[in-house]
Amino acid sequence: MSVVPGSLPWAPMARLVGRRLLAAVPVLALVTLGMFAVAAASPFDPVRQYLGGSAVGVSQETLDQLRASLAAEGTFVERWWHWLTAALTGDLGQSHTLHQPVAQVIGERVGWSVLLCAVAFVAAVLLGTALGTLAASRPGSPADRVITSVSYALQAAPPFWIALLAVWLFALRLDVLPSGGLTDPGSDVVTAGSLLRHLALPAAVLTVSQLPWFVLYTRQGVADALREDPVRGARARGLRAGTVLRGHALRSGLLPVLTLIGTRVPELITGALLVETVFSWPGIASATVRAATSSDFHLLAALAVLSALAVLAGNLVADLLYGLADPRVDHDEM
Amino acid sequence: MALTTEPTWHARGAPRRGTRTLRVAASAALAAAAALAALLVPLLLPLDQQAVDLTAKLLPPSADHLFGTDELGRDVLLRSVYGLRVSLTVGIAAALAASLLGLAVGCLAGALGGRTDRLVMRAVDVFTAVPHLLMGIFIVAMFRPGIWPVVASVGLTHWVSTARIVRAEVLSLRGRPFVEAAISGGASRRRVVTRHLLPAVLPQAGLAAVLMVPHAIWHESALSFLGLGIPAHQASLGTMINGARGSLATGDWWPTLFPGLFIVLPTLAIAGLAGVWRERINPRRRSELVL
Repeated sequence: MSVVPGSLPWAPMARLVGRRLLAAVPVLALVTLGMFAVAAASPFDPVRQYLGGSAVGVSQETLDQLRASLAAEGTFVERWWHWLTAALTGDLGQSHTLHQPVAQVIGERVGWSVLLCAVAFVAAVLLGTALGTLAASRPGSPADRVITSVSYALQAAPPFWIALLAVWLFALRLDVLPSGGLTDPGSDVVTAGSLLRHLALPAAVLTVSQLPWFVLYTRQGVADALREDPVRGARARGLRAGTVLRGHALRSGLLPVLTLIGTRVPELITGALLVETVFSWPGIASATVRAATSSDFHLLAALAVLSALAVLAGNLVADLLYGLADPRVDHDEM
Repeated sequence: MALTTEPTWHARGAPRRGTRTLRVAASAALAAAAALAALLVPLLLPLDQQAVDLTAKLLPPSADHLFGTDELGRDVLLRSVYGLRVSLTVGIAAALAASLLGLAVGCLAGALGGRTDRLVMRAVDVFTAVPHLLMGIFIVAMFRPGIWPVVASVGLTHWVSTARIVRAEVLSLRGRPFVEAAISGGASRRRVVTRHLLPAVLPQAGLAAVLMVPHAIWHESALSFLGLGIPAHQASLGTMINGARGSLATGDWWPTLFPGLFIVLPTLAIAGLAGVWRERINPRRRSELVL
């Protein structure tokens, strides 16, 4: 890349970040408002849920008091506003399934989820780029055929299914890796070694489930780039194939991959949700599933906001990288 | 080395004709087999997929039970066919719902433009900001699991991509001579939309709808796997895989493997057929991604 660290276009990048932050405010507001609207339209009633089986025989007066203390009165817009103003002060409400404040639930778990996602995403991007370039540099070769067909097959395979088959193969049959959790049986100390062994399988499965998109996009991008005029020119000047590929074709061929990094974040979160569930990984996912099975509204709302933030951040990072990598694109025009 | 001259590139880069025909034939055969099995087996064969036989539990695949039996002695092949039926029904219904919604929204935004368009694009931003599975989980959590909440959760989240495609298509059609001719001929806005724009975007929207089916099946099976989708008495493929986790822990792989294959193979078949369709209506983008 021709951009040297000293000459990064800081001002346009800062303006882009600022614009995206401003744009994120209405999106997050609408996401949460939408959730309150759906909850209002559903048969879900926070008061009955709070009481559980003991709702029978409770006087109307008590119900009304409860309704007031659970902030469940008024229209959904009023409830949303109440929630929003509290959330801005850091109070995301109480998770009734986990009997903890929502902020605490997230604080305890988000690190593990981020670790899993980050490892898998970086691995998927690097491995996918390498395999895609390999396939594109020899189109029609056996290597290309194998890489492409396996990618299409993996694209169609649900991550939870891959995860279960991986557990069966590596934890049960070969017995080389633990089947889930974070610590070895009989201990609850997380050491670096046990963390690595417990992380290996979920991270590998998440990588494999994200890999095909990066492989196929890279293959397409590099194959297209190899047909572009500058690349043909480089070839015509007699440069070696490897030089043409690395010095010329990859530069524009990998641009679509940068866009993909942004658009894959929602799928990464989805994949992580399923993979974490299979491996009992102590991240956000198990909290999500528990929250969903017992309609834990506050927890679900906070998790939706969290993932929306991750998605918007992913898009922003992709655009920043794109602007740096492609001299034809200006950060101020994004 | 492949980096030679242009013509060789195309010759090598394009899939060989024979391979392509074979792939299309395989996809068509697979899709037909899946559809026929899901439609006819429950009608023609007087077999009870729920028949419990505890003396025959967790038998490995054999001539009697091609896919083996599950933890209650039920035939995995027969249950997979029934599961496929549920998954296909939900998948097609949900894809149809999402596509119709997307078609309507995309058409409106593209044809009306202005404030409507900006509003719709805002909504698209909101719906792309939250992962669809999480949104689906939320909808199902609020409305209790079942077939209709699952269909609704797919329909309400997946319309975005169709709406985008249709809007872009309508925007590019709006300036075409045949539309301008209709407008200068005095056609009302409604007539322009229903008689000229809508028919012209239908091939693209149809393709998007077909490609939506595997997505919907995927989404449904993920929800069902998490125990938030189709309840056990109407087992879909995802419900089956969830139910098989106990047997997998004791090393019995077949109740997990085969229902999953029933998700993967029809998905590949639909993607293969849709790829051919795409080449027909849009020959320029031959090698674009199918899924």
